[in-house]
Amino acid sequence: MHILLDLFLTFAKIGLFTFGGGYAMIAMIENHCVERKGWISHDDMMNVTVIAESTPGPIAINCATFTGYKKAGILGAVTATLGIVLPSFLIIYLISMFLDNFLELTLIANAFKGIKIAVGILILDAAVTMIKKMHKKKLPRAIMLCSAAVMLCINLFAWNFSSISLMLLAAAVSLCIFLLQGSAAKKGGAKQ
Amino acid sequence: MIYLDLLLGFLKVGCFAFGGAYGAIPLIRDVVLSYGWLSDETLTYMIAVSESTPGPIMVNLATYIGSSQAGFWGAVIATLAVVLPSFLIILLVTALLTTVLKNKYVQAILRGLKPCVIGIVLATGLYMVFSNCFGKVGASALQWEALLITILLLLAMLIYKRTKKQKLSPILLIILSAVLGAMIYGL
Repeated sequence: MHILLDLFLTFAKIGLFTFGGGYAMIAMIENHCVERKGWISHDDMMNVTVIAESTPGPIAINCATFTGYKKAGILGAVTATLGIVLPSFLIIYLISMFLDNFLELTLIANAFKGIKIAVGILILDAAVTMIKKMHKKKLPRAIMLCSAAVMLCINLFAWNFSSISLMLLAAAVSLCIFLLQGSAAKKGGAKQ
Repeated sequence: MIYLDLLLGFLKVGCFAFGGAYGAIPLIRDVVLSYGWLSDETLTYMIAVSESTPGPIMVNLATYIGSSQAGFWGAVIATLAVVLPSFLIILLVTALLTTVLKNKYVQAILRGLKPCVIGIVLATGLYMVFSNCFGKVGASALQWEALLITILLLLAMLIYKRTKKQKLSPILLIILSAVLGAMIYGL
């Protein structure tokens, strides 16, 4: 089979059968691309997972782009990325055409009122998991707590400040502290 | 123009979506509410649908919002826009800038970004849970059905974790919440 077609079909299959988001997909990608097809090595897979965590975007898509590129250059990257996106695109597109009619049924509307509560809990749970994995140091904790406080105010009092501005601010603060520490260390070094 | 708005809005989300699916939800919420594309209600329903269907939540939300605002081409534009930044960044990092992520200044920026994302997700989760149970600021009223469902779901998660030694999967939690919602709100 032509490599581009193979990439497309493999990633479409991964996209179609993975529920449960990023990390479930990584396991599938590892199984298909490393073990069955031998497209990339296990070390490559570990590297791309680390890169994916430091770059924006869904991890599964990052892995698809990377594998496609390694195997067949830019065209491979495009093919693999489109392959992994296509199944969920089609499914959600179909759902989007029917959801409104669906919600007019009282039973369904009530079910969705319950689901709304589960979504809040899921987001809170995701935050708790991330906090547990965080570096137990003062600076990240302080940034985390300040960001949470500001974001709560944005939500509660409808402050006109976007979460993106908040992220840029946090990045700037962290960079400034790093630069200040650097210059302090240099001064300290000069004295000795 | 709606196509341009969708393109710019989701490019913005794609550029800043650190911290996985749940890291992107507050960003999408920001963009969606500021453009007035969906109500907070509908967006929450769609988060649940995205969690229960295959594929990354972020991409699913983009497809749905694009489709609801501007039909098929809206869905295509929003989906491509949300994927494009991470696609380009991975290409750049793997092809040209293999050491850029190890650069100490880039590392310093990431050390600020990551805890900030966690804080944003924490605040969004807290806000959603509390406004479900106690209403919004200025219009607060105890929603006893919601409070009851919240307590039951938390109990279910706790008991499942104690007995099975693993987390209740999001899909099971959503199914359970749908059943509870249909029963308790249907009374």
